[in-house]
Amino acid sequence: MTERAALRWQEAEIAAIEPVTGRVRSFRFRVDFAERFRPGQHVDVRLTAPDGYQAQRSYSIASAPDASGTIELMIEHLDEGEVSGFFASVAEVGDRIELRGPIGGSFVWTGRDAGPLLLVGGGSGVVPLLAMLRHRDAAAPDVRALLLYSARTRSEMIAREELEARARDEPGFTLMLALTREPGGRRIDRARIDAALGALGAPAHAFVCGSNPFVSAASDLLLDAGVPPGVIRTERFGG
Amino acid sequence: MATRGFTGRRPPEATRERLPPGQYLTEDFPVLQLGPTPRIDLATWRFTLRDGAKPLKSWSWEAFEALPRTTWQGDIHCVTKWSKFDTAWEGVTVDDILADAGVAAPTEFALAEGYDDYTTNVPVADLRGGRAMVATRYAGAPIPPDHGGPARLLVPHLYFWKSAKWVNGLRFTKKDEAGFWELRGYHMYGDPWREQRFTGD
Repeated sequence: MTERAALRWQEAEIAAIEPVTGRVRSFRFRVDFAERFRPGQHVDVRLTAPDGYQAQRSYSIASAPDASGTIELMIEHLDEGEVSGFFASVAEVGDRIELRGPIGGSFVWTGRDAGPLLLVGGGSGVVPLLAMLRHRDAAAPDVRALLLYSARTRSEMIAREELEARARDEPGFTLMLALTREPGGRRIDRARIDAALGALGAPAHAFVCGSNPFVSAASDLLLDAGVPPGVIRTERFGG
Repeated sequence: MATRGFTGRRPPEATRERLPPGQYLTEDFPVLQLGPTPRIDLATWRFTLRDGAKPLKSWSWEAFEALPRTTWQGDIHCVTKWSKFDTAWEGVTVDDILADAGVAAPTEFALAEGYDDYTTNVPVADLRGGRAMVATRYAGAPIPPDHGGPARLLVPHLYFWKSAKWVNGLRFTKKDEAGFWELRGYHMYGDPWREQRFTGD
């Protein structure tokens, strides 16, 4: 697929803000591409100070493409975060924020790509995977999918209630958790990967997103378990 | 348009002068790649120079390591907004690779190719004159696999997606052919100082 049209900045109004976890807030932005992006893509956000100084960051889209006229971003407040700090404590509904997208053509999945679909997320790395799961439900509910989600605690899980409801209500979707700081918690290891592959079958697509060390470890485990490299797509944040 | 309530946290003046527009300084070395880190065996590693489909010369790891070495130190800039200062690389310049092959660049454009089937296009003028190398060492040690080792292209004056990881060849092309990201909306040239992130920038 080629996408050679210019990516223009647009002023996107914040239509809604909701808490997600203690450190993550959900923002609905009005944009002109809410129906035409692919799950897994991200946007660039640009903030401008009165003297013209600017800061830019990239955020994955959490929502699936739809007719709402909005996209959802989930922004985690990082310590000392120049842009995430603004979204944590300054941004309000009605603010207009410069934004452009959709960006990225590798870490994407649409219903036409079929399955089985293996998603492995660490922390807020689950956000683009959530977009894929929401899209699957709307556009390709027959595709089998499994999310292996690592978070520190239950309360730090992004979209926990939604994910648990999907796992309960959607045939063909399985949720596996690795809560590293709960009693008896564990990291994603080879046994968990094997269990996930056993439950799902050989994936046609595997998407791994999270911090740098998380993605390195998880994608190495997938290779060790025999998943072909060409099937695995990765996205990393932090640094 | 100023963003209501945003003041920003400006880096010190000395840092700001070295940061292209829209970039921030990081002390880490973030990793960005399409998929898992490929597992590359030095015993079978090859670097191949091609004119279109035609191979011009190919080097084993041992032969490549015997080529003249050049060091480069400076700042690198990733399109995902981070910049890293004072990185130190060692490798073989494209000039020296061409000299060892005994050829002049046959065209004005090239595609760098990686073990992960990644490609990215760079004008030959940006590869010559000591402006680019195939690097095999970073900060005095072999380049770690996550950062593109055993060998990666280094074109530090362009956004870092042009510095293809796990590089295994350079293919000269008659015209400027878009590579992996360039086909997906990223800029054909990618000058960070002109903020050429995406098509149309």
